[in-house]
Amino acid sequence: MEVTKVENVTRVYTVGDVETHALRGVTLGIQPGEFTALVGPSGSGKTTLLQLMGCLDQPTSGQVFINGKDVSQLNRNQRADMRRGTIGFIFQFFALIPTLTAYENIEVPLLLNGHTPAERRKRVQQLIEAVDLVERAHHRPDQLSGGQQQRVAIARALASTPSLILADEPTANLDTENGKQVMEIMTRLNQETGVTFVFATHDPRVFTYAHRVITLQDGLVVENGKSPRK
Amino acid sequence: MKTLIKMAFRDLGRNRRRSLFSMLALGMGLALLLLIASIYEGQMRLSLDTAIRLQTGHLQVRAANYNENKTSLAWEDLVADPQLVASQVASLPAVELATPRLYASGILSLGEKTNGVRVIGIDPDSTANQPFRLGLVSGEFITAEDRQGLLLGQPLADKLQVEVGDQVNLLVNTASGEVDEQNFTVRGIYDTHTPGYDRSTVFLPLAKAQAITQSENHASIIFILLKDRDLTGAVVNALSSSPYQVVTWEKMNELVLQTEEFSNAFLYVLYLIVLGITATVIVNTLVMAVFERTREIGILSAVGMKSNHIMAMFFIESSMLAIGGIIIGLILGGLMAWYAKTVGFYIGDMGVTGMLYGDRLYGHLVFEDIASASLVAFIITLVASLYPAILAARMEPVEALHGGKQL
Ligand SMILES: Nc1ncnc2c1ncn2[C@@H]1O[C@H](COP(=O)(O)OP(=O)(O)OP(=O)(O)O)[C@@H](O)[C@H]1O
Ligand SMILES: [Mg+2]
Repeated sequence: MEVTKVENVTRVYTVGDVETHALRGVTLGIQPGEFTALVGPSGSGKTTLLQLMGCLDQPTSGQVFINGKDVSQLNRNQRADMRRGTIGFIFQFFALIPTLTAYENIEVPLLLNGHTPAERRKRVQQLIEAVDLVERAHHRPDQLSGGQQQRVAIARALASTPSLILADEPTANLDTENGKQVMEIMTRLNQETGVTFVFATHDPRVFTYAHRVITLQDGLVVENGKSPRK
Repeated sequence: MKTLIKMAFRDLGRNRRRSLFSMLALGMGLALLLLIASIYEGQMRLSLDTAIRLQTGHLQVRAANYNENKTSLAWEDLVADPQLVASQVASLPAVELATPRLYASGILSLGEKTNGVRVIGIDPDSTANQPFRLGLVSGEFITAEDRQGLLLGQPLADKLQVEVGDQVNLLVNTASGEVDEQNFTVRGIYDTHTPGYDRSTVFLPLAKAQAITQSENHASIIFILLKDRDLTGAVVNALSSSPYQVVTWEKMNELVLQTEEFSNAFLYVLYLIVLGITATVIVNTLVMAVFERTREIGILSAVGMKSNHIMAMFFIESSMLAIGGIIIGLILGGLMAWYAKTVGFYIGDMGVTGMLYGDRLYGHLVFEDIASASLVAFIITLVASLYPAILAARMEPVEALHGGKQL
């Protein structure tokens, strides 16, 4: 069964009188353990698609399934419940809570999921090692480099052992070296834990890491195939 | 929950100056209210205290058909053998003192200048006269045997331009319903700093007052002070079998007590106005905080935080603002109330009829006022944060992550 599946979804944004058809009928599914890239020119609908697959947004029409469950009709709180513990997000801007330390940022999803303090300490420790930030655990985001912040974000996305992680241009704001490090951590975590990754990107160096590359254009899937590398 | 508190606290720390100003606004509003409450309470206490000490006492024993609005001197309206009655009352354990007083109305004149006065015959040796004895500004206190002397208040002396030793003419009503007059020597001038009282009250020794009004061995009232105001009920019971009417300080000071009730209601309205103003400052702070943190709200929502938690976070934040503001307010307000209590304010002669005021007003802050003002401040702050909190909770995660749509 697919971790996430969209069937014939459309998404129309209405701002004032202007309607933007961000997605015009997209159907695709992501299998457990996949490491998939979503590519396409700016404005092609990558972010919109990730948000629908991640239950962050609702489609204008069509259906979205998370682990086989139809989530197209859920309300805001039901969607929050669905995301929590099932889906992790990584954003282009390093979306950390500025007032919390790296450690505390990683802890947030665990708190929301009601883990015991002992479980949380163990899990955060483990994640912080996995993203190689032990010395930086008690720094605030503004005391961390972009790459370090993005690694905290990865650790946070993984914290509540989700089955799916959606990453929207995780390397776009990083230099080559840091971008590479982030992609390698993601690849490793995918291999070690089997967690499914879908990431949007423009960057040709990044989608060579992918098992599968899905190309969007003008809100439609124009190509859905194996990575050029694999 | 702990994390929500931690986040809320650090969020306040993020914009320290703004948080501080919001707290200050609330604090100053609260401090102002505490000052006003203390002045109100002080005024009421003072007024009641003054009235009891100078005029009404805690209790009065009067003849059954005495009417205080008439100053009748007919014998059937008076207490006969007043010294005896007074000493009987004074023997009750709860009674501090009991002394007879005779009231008459009169006109005091010096040459062309005249003034209507209330003549009170007192037992000059009673400690009930302490306020006048201590308030003596010139001359001497009258004595029981004095047949020529009287005592008058400073404002009256000023008005008639008399000094100690001057001869004045006093015209009084008598028991037979006629009038009599006689020249007196001003023995002393007193000032209780209660202009409403001092400007119209003249004292004679009781024996002389009885003589001139032809009411031998009678008094209008027995003036009674108790060891404690709260013993009133017990003493009233003890005196219930007597043929006299016994009137309590509550009854005699109804006007003051009613005014207090009314002013309490007024105080609440004032609370709402002052705190309503500070609430707008807090709404403003929190609305700005919500807009600045739109993206974070999006992140928290993406991670799976529900709307009610997001709301709770902002409520905690405003509670912290409220508590900080209340602490500031209590400190500032405490200082101001302390100043009002120890130094006081000069108010002069307010000339409110029916109430006696001193010319200096001292604040008095009671716990009840502190508690109610603080509570109202806290509740109003929370109500004020409702709108920003709802604003935050109702953001769609997708829009929030985009930095929020323009509102
Ligand atoms: N919240 C929104 N309100 C209105 N229009 C939007 C909104 N989000 C996206 N769009 C529009 O929908 C279309 C698809 O946007 P989307 O962000 O999905 O593209 P993208 O492929 O992620 O682009 P990029 O590579 O620049 O991130 C664009 O035309 C965009 O302007
Ligand atoms: Mg995008």
